[in-house]
Amino acid sequence: MASAAKKLLMDPFSDNNPITVQVLGICSALAVTVKVDTAIVMTLALTSVLTLSNLIISVLRNVIPSGIRMIVEMAVIASLVIIADQLLRAYLFDISKQLSVFVGLIITNCIVMGRAEAFALQNPPKDSLLDGLGNGLGYGIILIAVASIREFFGFGSWLGFKALPENYMGNGLVLLAPGAFIILGLLIWGQRTISKYVED
Amino acid sequence: MKALFDFMDKNIAPLFEKGGKFERLYPLFEAGDTFNRTPGDVTPSAPHVRDSIDQKRLMIFVIYALVPCILFGIWNAGNQFNIANNVEDATLMTDLLRGSAMVLPIIFVSYLVGGLWEVLFALVRRHEINEGFLVTGMLFPLTLAPTIPLWQVAIGISFGIVIGKEIFGGVGYNILNPALTARAFLFFAYPAQISGDTVWVGSAKTTLDNNLFFGTVAENIDGVTRATPLAVAAAAEKGTDAIAALGNAGYDWVNMTLGNIPGSIGSTSVIAIVLGLGFLIATGIASWRVIFSGIIGCAVMGALFTALGLDNAFSQIPFYYHLIMGGFLFGIVFMATDPVSCSATNTGKIIYGFMIGALTVLIRVANPAYPEGAMLAILFMNVMAPLIDHFVVQAHIKKRTSYARALNNA
Repeated sequence: MASAAKKLLMDPFSDNNPITVQVLGICSALAVTVKVDTAIVMTLALTSVLTLSNLIISVLRNVIPSGIRMIVEMAVIASLVIIADQLLRAYLFDISKQLSVFVGLIITNCIVMGRAEAFALQNPPKDSLLDGLGNGLGYGIILIAVASIREFFGFGSWLGFKALPENYMGNGLVLLAPGAFIILGLLIWGQRTISKYVED
Repeated sequence: MKALFDFMDKNIAPLFEKGGKFERLYPLFEAGDTFNRTPGDVTPSAPHVRDSIDQKRLMIFVIYALVPCILFGIWNAGNQFNIANNVEDATLMTDLLRGSAMVLPIIFVSYLVGGLWEVLFALVRRHEINEGFLVTGMLFPLTLAPTIPLWQVAIGISFGIVIGKEIFGGVGYNILNPALTARAFLFFAYPAQISGDTVWVGSAKTTLDNNLFFGTVAENIDGVTRATPLAVAAAAEKGTDAIAALGNAGYDWVNMTLGNIPGSIGSTSVIAIVLGLGFLIATGIASWRVIFSGIIGCAVMGALFTALGLDNAFSQIPFYYHLIMGGFLFGIVFMATDPVSCSATNTGKIIYGFMIGALTVLIRVANPAYPEGAMLAILFMNVMAPLIDHFVVQAHIKKRTSYARALNNA
């Protein structure tokens, strides 16, 4: 893979991670990470919406009048989210129930709108596609990390499999939203210590 | 003694100082050194000197103030155990021994695990080991139930030290009181071992078996169910008399003041806390503004609820019950006065203390999920303290500016 394309795809995993560096999409990172399965499904939903919205908006970028570009972006994203939501309801009903409104709320996820505005509007379709994919997966990797920690310490399991002995006493704090917030903070701490990233 | 100090200064100290063999371990040496003797490098010039006290002496004084609570807590844990388990030949001695066997391991684990974190951060960040931990490591166990599992003590204090303090940069930079942060962690993570009716009194099954030192337990029982006064008052039915409910459960203002009732280890006895309070005020360690405005805030809010005449039974108990029940007094005397996390301005301290008292009663009465509000009230006001200071300072500046303007115009 060309190095520019590789950079587009890989940057969001560490140096420019949407959650730990840009601090976007926090609300869903707190809400859907009680268990790993919901986090994975959410990752898939968001990644496909983000990739496709970046692609479509990038294709349309020269015909979108700048005065109404937000409305056009919104229309594209909302349509994709509705499709994703309907697909989940059709094929993964239980998980869709657990995710409740948070699939619908992908529309308001700052990452999707942010990438459309900041990247897709200025770049060709192929780059935008990679950028969307990279950011979606960069978001997902943090989501799954947080969910793994929460499920492991909260229920003593991972992805539904018992990882700890039966008499393990679950930690109730990690299952609450503040617990997720603390875990997220620790991940950000760890990542920034390694990458030596400093907020200006 | 002088010879020993000279030897230390000449031969041992250089090993740890810059360029020495064990430079990385300097924080350990420094801690041991200044713990045992007053450091020579004190600030000599005018604006900083208040009296001869330094931070180590300050923290040690808080520990002295805690001694009545610790001793009483140990006796009470043993005494409650021996009463509940029908220990036949219980004496003051067996009470103390049984209590020690329950409480001392908790204190030991708290100091050991918390101390390890403290040393680790000091070594990595190359700063001195801070004596604030002496207080944190003792306050935390005193807020726990005597039957708490030791592994929970270990994670609790780890959370308190690392998340409550070290990630902000150590003592002096923390927003929250570390000991209360640790307790809040356990409260939300493992509520079954720190709240409810079954954790306040040990049972022969859950703690220790019979033997020579502890007296004879007639029969092993599964567990002792004994609600704390706050839980009893919170559970009182609408429109009933909460005082009567307390009386039925064996609580009146006399034993709630003495403290020979189930509860967190250090916070049951008003008398023991008041002894510590007197010492702290007399030595000028704790801010009387925080403590007294807190007590007034608690009383005012309690009286306000009584005056409102709601049918919530808890709201109808006289205000002075709120002062002696639960962990409020312990919290306002030892936790709220933490010089780092409380307000810095004098006016701010009064507002801060008053709000802690008022919020404690509000949470107790209005929120059935939390019969005790002191912990959450103090943590909440810890967060608000810088904001209070900001407004106090702004108000002061505004007053001075308008005064200066008036002078100019005159």
